[in-house]
Amino acid sequence: MSLASIPQNSRLGRTLSVLRDVMSRPSGAVGLCLVVFHLILAVISPYIAPFDYRTMNAAMMLTGPDGVHFLGTDHLGRDVFSRTIQGGREAILVTGIATPIAVAWGGLVGIFFGLIGGRVDEVMMRFVDAFLSLPWILKMLVLIVTFGTGIEVLIPTLAFFYGIPVIRIARAATHDVVARDFVAAARARGHSRMTIMRKELLPNVLDALMVEGAMRWSWMLLAFSSLSFLGFGVSPPTPDWGLMIADARGFMSFAPWGVLGPVIALSTLIIGINLTADALAKALGIDRAQKAPV
Amino acid sequence: MLQMFLRRLFLGAITVAIVSMIIFAGVEILPGDACTAFLEREAQGRVLENCREELDLNRPAVVRYLDWASDALRGDLGVSANGQRSIAEMVGARLQNSLLLAACALIVGVPTAIFLGVVSGLWRDRPVDLILSTGAIFAMTIPEFVSATVLILVFSVWLGWLPGIVLTSANAPASEFFPEIILPVVVLAMVMTAHILRTVRSSVIEVMNSDYVQMATLKGVPYWRIVFRHALPNALLPAINVVALTIAWLLGGVVVIEVVFNYPGLGRMMIDAISDRDLPVVQAIALIVATVYVGVNLTADLLTMVANPRLRTLYTRK
Amino acid sequence: MTDTPVIQLSDLSIGFTGRAGYTLPVLRNIDLTVRPGESIGLVGESGSGKSTVALAAMGYLKRGLRVLNGRATFEGHDMFALNRKELESLRGGHLALIPQNSGQSLTPTLRIGAQLTEALRLHSRLDPSQFSARVLELLGQVRLPDPQAITRRYPHELSGGQQQRVAIAMALAGEPRALLLDEPTTGLDVTTQAHILELLRDLARETGMAMVYVSHDLGAIARVCDRVVVMYAGEVVMEGSARQVLTAPTHPYARGLLASIPKLSDPHLPMALGGRPPAPGGAGDGCAFVDRCALASDLCRTSRPMLAPGPGGAPVRCHHADRADTLPMTSTGDHAARAEVGTAPVLSLQDLEIRYSKPGILDRLRGLQDTRPATVDDITITIAKGETLGLVGESGSGKSTILKTIAGLLPPAGGEIRFDGDAPLPRSVEQRGPDHLRRIQLIFQNPDDSLNPRHTIAEILEQPLKLYFGLSGTALQDRCVEILERVRLGGHYLDRLPSQLSGGEKQRVAVARAFAANPDLVLCDEVTSALDVSVQAAVLELLNDLKAAQGTTYVFVSHDLAVVRALSDRVAVLYQGRLCEIGPSAEVYALPSHPYTEVLLGAVLEPDPDTAPKLTADDVIELSPPAKGCPFQRRCPRKIGAKCDTDTPPWQTRDDGHAIRCHIPLDDLHRQQQADS
Ligand SMILES: Nc1ncnc2c1ncn2[C@@H]1O[C@H](COP(=O)(O)OP(=O)(O)OP(=O)(O)O)[C@@H](O)[C@H]1O
Ligand code: SF4
Ligand code: SF4
Ligand SMILES: [Mg+2]
Repeated sequence: MSLASIPQNSRLGRTLSVLRDVMSRPSGAVGLCLVVFHLILAVISPYIAPFDYRTMNAAMMLTGPDGVHFLGTDHLGRDVFSRTIQGGREAILVTGIATPIAVAWGGLVGIFFGLIGGRVDEVMMRFVDAFLSLPWILKMLVLIVTFGTGIEVLIPTLAFFYGIPVIRIARAATHDVVARDFVAAARARGHSRMTIMRKELLPNVLDALMVEGAMRWSWMLLAFSSLSFLGFGVSPPTPDWGLMIADARGFMSFAPWGVLGPVIALSTLIIGINLTADALAKALGIDRAQKAPV
Repeated sequence: MLQMFLRRLFLGAITVAIVSMIIFAGVEILPGDACTAFLEREAQGRVLENCREELDLNRPAVVRYLDWASDALRGDLGVSANGQRSIAEMVGARLQNSLLLAACALIVGVPTAIFLGVVSGLWRDRPVDLILSTGAIFAMTIPEFVSATVLILVFSVWLGWLPGIVLTSANAPASEFFPEIILPVVVLAMVMTAHILRTVRSSVIEVMNSDYVQMATLKGVPYWRIVFRHALPNALLPAINVVALTIAWLLGGVVVIEVVFNYPGLGRMMIDAISDRDLPVVQAIALIVATVYVGVNLTADLLTMVANPRLRTLYTRK
Repeated sequence: MTDTPVIQLSDLSIGFTGRAGYTLPVLRNIDLTVRPGESIGLVGESGSGKSTVALAAMGYLKRGLRVLNGRATFEGHDMFALNRKELESLRGGHLALIPQNSGQSLTPTLRIGAQLTEALRLHSRLDPSQFSARVLELLGQVRLPDPQAITRRYPHELSGGQQQRVAIAMALAGEPRALLLDEPTTGLDVTTQAHILELLRDLARETGMAMVYVSHDLGAIARVCDRVVVMYAGEVVMEGSARQVLTAPTHPYARGLLASIPKLSDPHLPMALGGRPPAPGGAGDGCAFVDRCALASDLCRTSRPMLAPGPGGAPVRCHHADRADTLPMTSTGDHAARAEVGTAPVLSLQDLEIRYSKPGILDRLRGLQDTRPATVDDITITIAKGETLGLVGESGSGKSTILKTIAGLLPPAGGEIRFDGDAPLPRSVEQRGPDHLRRIQLIFQNPDDSLNPRHTIAEILEQPLKLYFGLSGTALQDRCVEILERVRLGGHYLDRLPSQLSGGEKQRVAVARAFAANPDLVLCDEVTSALDVSVQAAVLELLNDLKAAQGTTYVFVSHDLAVVRALSDRVAVLYQGRLCEIGPSAEVYALPSHPYTEVLLGAVLEPDPDTAPKLTADDVIELSPPAKGCPFQRRCPRKIGAKCDTDTPPWQTRDDGHAIRCHIPLDDLHRQQQADS
């Protein structure tokens, strides 16, 4: 094969070419646009929202959409549109911080045990399995009920629990790499374990971790809004999609616009992330479908 | 074979043992205990002491763990903190209801998923595949409470075809849950189907590209015979494990769905117990769910072992 | 028999649509005629389109490929115009294919019996009640022992050679009139390969079927084919009788190919063929071979030669075929650089014993010893400075294992390794000092696996330079360029990734990385087996030059006896992890030989239609060495009795250092072997 003409082999060159590949796929283009749209909205929404999300109006409860309230008002007379466009800020902030932390710590631990192998690794995996065998919602709720729902609790909790499945992915990816001769070559040369992890393993596991990170982000958003929905997440009056859906469900029969706004907003973000992850996986040549939710 | 079987069984047992320790330790290190939770504001001085005395909370943690674990092994899950009722009794009916929900979702979801996955894989990159694959991404990523809400809005509020909420009591026989159970089953089955479909699809594509399928083609084997005899037995092997993982996921996902539909299952009971800080009940439910998880995965491993000649036969060359 | 062709490809071109939207041809205007009973060899290097031709003859195209023009017919049927039903009835019936990798071409979930029965049901006119008898008959015909037991096995329960035989049996089930074979013996041990080829020859003679034998291995082709077609970059460049093509080729590429093959009878290094073939669509308007051809003229650059009768009458695609005989076609390369013998040993292995299995926890608790024979045992070798020791043996004989142990990647279970006369080396890399690590370097078989795909060539070369010499900045940069130039690559390779290099270039980078450390001892593990012969020759030449320049000591592992011969001063023969014979190359390749060496040498195929292999032992692959006695006892054709089963044979050493481990006295052995040859 003559790929000799490709000049750019720097990190940047590769990132750009992957990005180009992602954008050239319909799923990637749509997904990335949705994600970017939501990120921008999260930043600018407070400045463009027509109403304060807290302002209640007893005279205007559950009114339908019109020229002033594009999505109508909720049961407390608040503007649903203003609340919807700001309803993802907390979720994106919390999960946006927690995801990189989760991927980083889970990834490092996974690579480490993948490299060490042997009995230590076996024992560690039993612990990981044990953790994974408990439903996420139970683990999260116990901590939240005990320590509260501020972001100072949510971020570390999410980052901790969502790092554990990453260990598994990183370890499996590492096992594949460790078996290859360039790792043996590095060992034979006498490089330290740290160097081997950093120089030989990490660059090859990074692809899998990136895709995993995108996926974790979407699971985390899902968890975050599920918690809000169940009443264990963001506390009122802060607008949050999960919470808004929960509130509006009671009035669904005569004021369905209350749920539609947040439903569409939340769905587009999560689908956007997943479409991007899917295109990224294809661009990087990783088969994502073999994984089930954990 | 037997040796591998026993090894898996042993590892499964170890995992359950570790989970039980994590559960117990987790509850231990949380501030407060069953008594502070139960007595709430009165949890002071004498009263607290008495309560702890009564519940044997003053013994060392290790002793209490061993007690709890050995009781659990015998099926005795202790008593709840507030109601002083036998947990095993409380949990029994709820567990049955949750299992009913999961079983219905499996019966609907697994065959659908396998069928659609095979279709999608065989007609790769054709319109059917694009529709199914995109649909699968939607189905598996939209939060359950969102899809549940939308389904209720459409089928129950607007069309009025199906009940949107479960009113049957927890101890009612299974038959009484129909038709209320239909919408929750649909939501669960949708997510599950999506995951299994994607796995089956990619595995079918891989197998249809394999050397042995090419060889069968060049041997003159008719297409559908290749699909059913040469390809599918190999392509469906990985599905076993994904079905298991999906069942495991059901155990968590079911919680939200039970709340949305007001379904009297284990998940809702868990939420209530956590809100009430009824720690013994939480512990018990966690242990049950974890055991089911490990059991399902173990079964999947063993099934794969039985179904895959490479794992089944001892005499193996590299 | 009539003379109408069985298979005919006429002006067939096949291509695919590349990324930029252009149609890129993979095959260009192929004409090929196969007459009944004829066996035709199709040679060419990797990517030349051999497999595509074989599959096209069956009317099959890999995903993405399409016919651009031309036809492929089998007994008059246009294979690309038939409908599915008609194709199904031909394929596997009168026209059958034997794939390269039978292990992956047999359905893993079906028993052998079921797969053979299926072939019969589809293509045989027999009554179903006779199927099982016929299956046994077929398995017997391909000389598989105990057919009854084989039918109940799954594919993974068979060895590579057995799988290949099953594939042949499956093809025979349809009583084919033409058989296509795509590299049917590549990847098999020499003895197995020789046996399969004999089987195919015999079958072709018995059944009168035509064969198209695709291979990169001219030795195999010489053995089974009457006529040979040489392919280059998707074109037929020469065609003729096996004798013509192999002894008087008229195309420069065919001559170069022959010259690049190391031969047992010739102690010279083979001649390298520089450059690499163009990518699909990259051949331009002229001759596809022009960049690598010594005879290339301006005409060659501008006009594509046509296939036309050349000197001697055989069709050839070359403007200057009349001058081709000025090019060498035997290896007139250099002699391997020789060591100054008599210097102190650089490496000595003493009673080395290596085990992969570790005793389980339970056994260790009970204090049980591992009673299984060790994977590698009783290895005692000393290697002098500047010497090249060749290590040969079949797959699984423990060659790579020994190298890994010397490198410290796999601690030995017993024995010691001394380096440069020092105290014994620590057993594992983690315990070795930086100086020892630097002085011993390892080169692996497959550069795709030994070069980190995420590192640029610069990063790959910097690693040893930074680690051992602490270089940085421009000094580092300059040294990288210098090293690259030494392996005949330039500084412009520094920014490339391994995936942007050809196989041969990648292996040079791997060599460069090892030599960046200024090593005294380089361990080469099958370093040329993943490469095409023409590229292999260049890598051998490079290794030889580096050795001549730096006095490096090599341990050179290979399964290819001719390659080892070309490079080594001394050769050690390994069977089941035990040494059988060791000595100066010339002596080891001459008589007397250890009975195992004799079997190995007998199975070597030379690219010469007048030689035949001597097959004395069967090709059963053993899974583990025997617990006692001679390791070769189960297959030895000269076995003298119970003594071989019970007593470890003694080393019999001659004055020139040639040592053979066998119970038969050397003189007797010599006499017997002379009598047989
Ligand atoms: N499905 C495909 N799509 C595009 N190009 C292909 C495809 N299959 C093969 N090729 C290209 O066609 C050329 C010939 O391939 P082919 O497999 O026939 O070569 P070969 O001579 O059999 O090589 P080898 O010795 O490695 O088996 C190569 O350049 C290869 O990259
Ligand atoms: S046509 Fe010219 S370049 Fe091509 S092989 Fe002949 S002499 Fe060489
Ligand atoms: S010792 Fe016996 S079995 Fe071994 S090689 Fe010599 S004759 Fe053969
Ligand atoms: Mg090929």
